[in-house]
Amino acid sequence: MEILVCVKRVPDTSENEIEVNRDGTDIERDDLVYSVNEWDNYAVEEAIQIRDKVGGSVTVVSVGDEEAEEVVRREMAMGADKGILLSDDTFEGSDGKGVASIIKAEVEKRNYDLIMTGAQADEGAGQVGGMLAAMLDWPYASLVSLIEIVDDKKIKVGREIAGGNQEIYEIDLPCVLSIQTGINEPRYVGIRGIRKVASMEIPVHGTSELGIDPESVGESGAQVKRLDYFVPELGEGAEILEGSTDEIIDKLIELLKAKGGIK
Amino acid sequence: MSRQVFAYIIHKDGVVDDTAFEMIAAAGKLDPDALVTAVVAGTGAELSAVCDEVASSFVEVWKIDNEALAYIDAEVLRGLLVRILPKDSIVLVPHDHFGMDLAPGLSIKLETAYLPDAVDFEGIEDGKLKVVREEYSGQVSTHVLCDISNGAVITTRPGAFKADESKSANGKIVDKTPEAMEGDFPGGARRFLEVVEAEVGDVDITKSDILVSVGRGIDDEDNMEIIFDLAQAIGGDVSCSRPIVDAKWLEKSRQVGTSGQTVKPKVYLALGISGSFQHLGGIKGAPFVVAINKNAKAPIFQFADVGIVDDILDFVPELADRINDLKSS
Ligand SMILES: Cc1cc2nc3c(=O)[nH]c(=O)nc-3n(C[C@H](O)[C@H](O)[C@H](O)COP(=O)(O)OP(=O)(O)OC[C@H]3O[C@@H](n4cnc5c(N)ncnc54)[C@H](O)[C@@H]3O)c2cc1C
Ligand SMILES: Nc1ncnc2c1ncn2[C@@H]1O[C@H](COP(=O)(O)O)[C@@H](O)[C@H]1O
Repeated sequence: MEILVCVKRVPDTSENEIEVNRDGTDIERDDLVYSVNEWDNYAVEEAIQIRDKVGGSVTVVSVGDEEAEEVVRREMAMGADKGILLSDDTFEGSDGKGVASIIKAEVEKRNYDLIMTGAQADEGAGQVGGMLAAMLDWPYASLVSLIEIVDDKKIKVGREIAGGNQEIYEIDLPCVLSIQTGINEPRYVGIRGIRKVASMEIPVHGTSELGIDPESVGESGAQVKRLDYFVPELGEGAEILEGSTDEIIDKLIELLKAKGGIK
Repeated sequence: MSRQVFAYIIHKDGVVDDTAFEMIAAAGKLDPDALVTAVVAGTGAELSAVCDEVASSFVEVWKIDNEALAYIDAEVLRGLLVRILPKDSIVLVPHDHFGMDLAPGLSIKLETAYLPDAVDFEGIEDGKLKVVREEYSGQVSTHVLCDISNGAVITTRPGAFKADESKSANGKIVDKTPEAMEGDFPGGARRFLEVVEAEVGDVDITKSDILVSVGRGIDDEDNMEIIFDLAQAIGGDVSCSRPIVDAKWLEKSRQVGTSGQTVKPKVYLALGISGSFQHLGGIKGAPFVVAINKNAKAPIFQFADVGIVDDILDFVPELADRINDLKSS
């Protein structure tokens, strides 16, 4: 099975507190630690497990600047066979549709059976996978938390819905799936693993290789544009308990007793 | 001419989802002069009942009635909606597990802009809608301009808009089934098989009065002990956010949130939980919420009644010790 996994380089929220910069034009980028989008790691792990079971290859692709190469390489260290970077100055400022159409152009250069994305990334959008599927006219399932390979024409997927329940579908290949966290346990990648793939070539494709009209992507093609970042007017918020730890504990125990929080 | 806005109505077992009435409010904020039409799919008596209820709040209700819609598959519905929705319309869909399946592809098929997970609207200027969104699980907010001159598909965050439940619309119900069914039945490449219910765990957190809920801030499975110790000291049950289940440190039945359980405790302790809307969406009944988090700017502090800015690894064991001391004295 030929599998393509879309991965995005994002600020790592488990390593950083994200804050708005002074004039609200961006988040504070100094000292930010970046990593691969949490959801994408699960997608790559799933792809590797499928390949190991039924054969084929796993390719990871990212749309971004040259720094995005590091996350492509990291996912190759996990066990992906190939990496591709889709990068061009004209891609900057693309909205979700722009990113999906750039990936679509790459998809059309080869025959893939299965494309996986993460359920969502740093912007909390959850859009690229569904758009890509619709652009390709392939079936789509989002929030996938279970995959079973039936044969080389169809697979079974579980989609996560409310209450911890799952919807089960049979879906024809080729298709696009967005992968939810928890579907597997992504393997650990050590420095050694990274070193092993350090010299592997990662081709870079831009507008000319992909044959896309630069006007249709990037800032110029975007229907959705971010104006600024801000911290909303905060409401009342919580009453923050202050003082020494002992004082805070006294106060908290008193409150908990009053609210029935200690049995 | 007034702008046409459509709201896709989610319903289950004959009950209309709260998001239906939230989208009326959202549409009003988007454009006070908008004509808002509800779109409801389903079948039979259940669909009729849902349409009647929705018609008391929407001026117009479009229904699609077909046996195959007894369980609604987003891939099928998308194919039907494309046939009935006028070009350039604005379509609102709740940003939940169903909307996330339906909406991005719908925007492509309708050839309109897509704007996911809106939490507020701040007016239209020159064909561009100003929208408030959140990024990084609510750590920062953004203003976004969305070009709606050719329409748009917009998902609205459940709970973000205050529901408008004034029952004065007496709307007319229009049967759009014939138009929707023209042509092949869509969605054949994905076939719904069944719903697998969640496994029942050893504790039922939906019945607990006191929940000690742990999030990614706990950092390591070995630290989980301090959470159980505290729960035992105060006589509560342990629940958690999603990453704890993903890491397999607790069973799925203990997960609070939109893809986990909906809980209604009297007291909820959020320990090392940031406060994403998917987590908070599972907490109902206005409990007394205490948040302990080392990041003073964590969104959970906007939701909690009482906050403590500290490291849970230090604070929680001390708290448990003190409560145990009190009890034994
Ligand atoms: C479709 C969908 C459905 C989802 N459903 C759910 C759901 O049902 N339930 C759910 O919970 N999530 C759900 N999520 C995931 C959700 O978006 C968040 O990713 C998740 O809730 C974050 O969990 P968290 O707060 O524990 O972790 P994080 O967001 O990583 O927050 C950890 C917090 O711990 C704090 N912290 C770190 N170390 C310490 C310390 N030593 N002491 C004190 N504080 C510390 C940090 O400051 C941070 O605020 C869903 C996501 C999607 C896309
Ligand atoms: N720049 C990008 N490059 C590659 N894949 C992306 C990019 N942006 C988003 N994706 C994919 O789409 C998924 C959902 O992201 P989003 O739609 O931005 O929330 C991610 O988990 C990735 O798999």
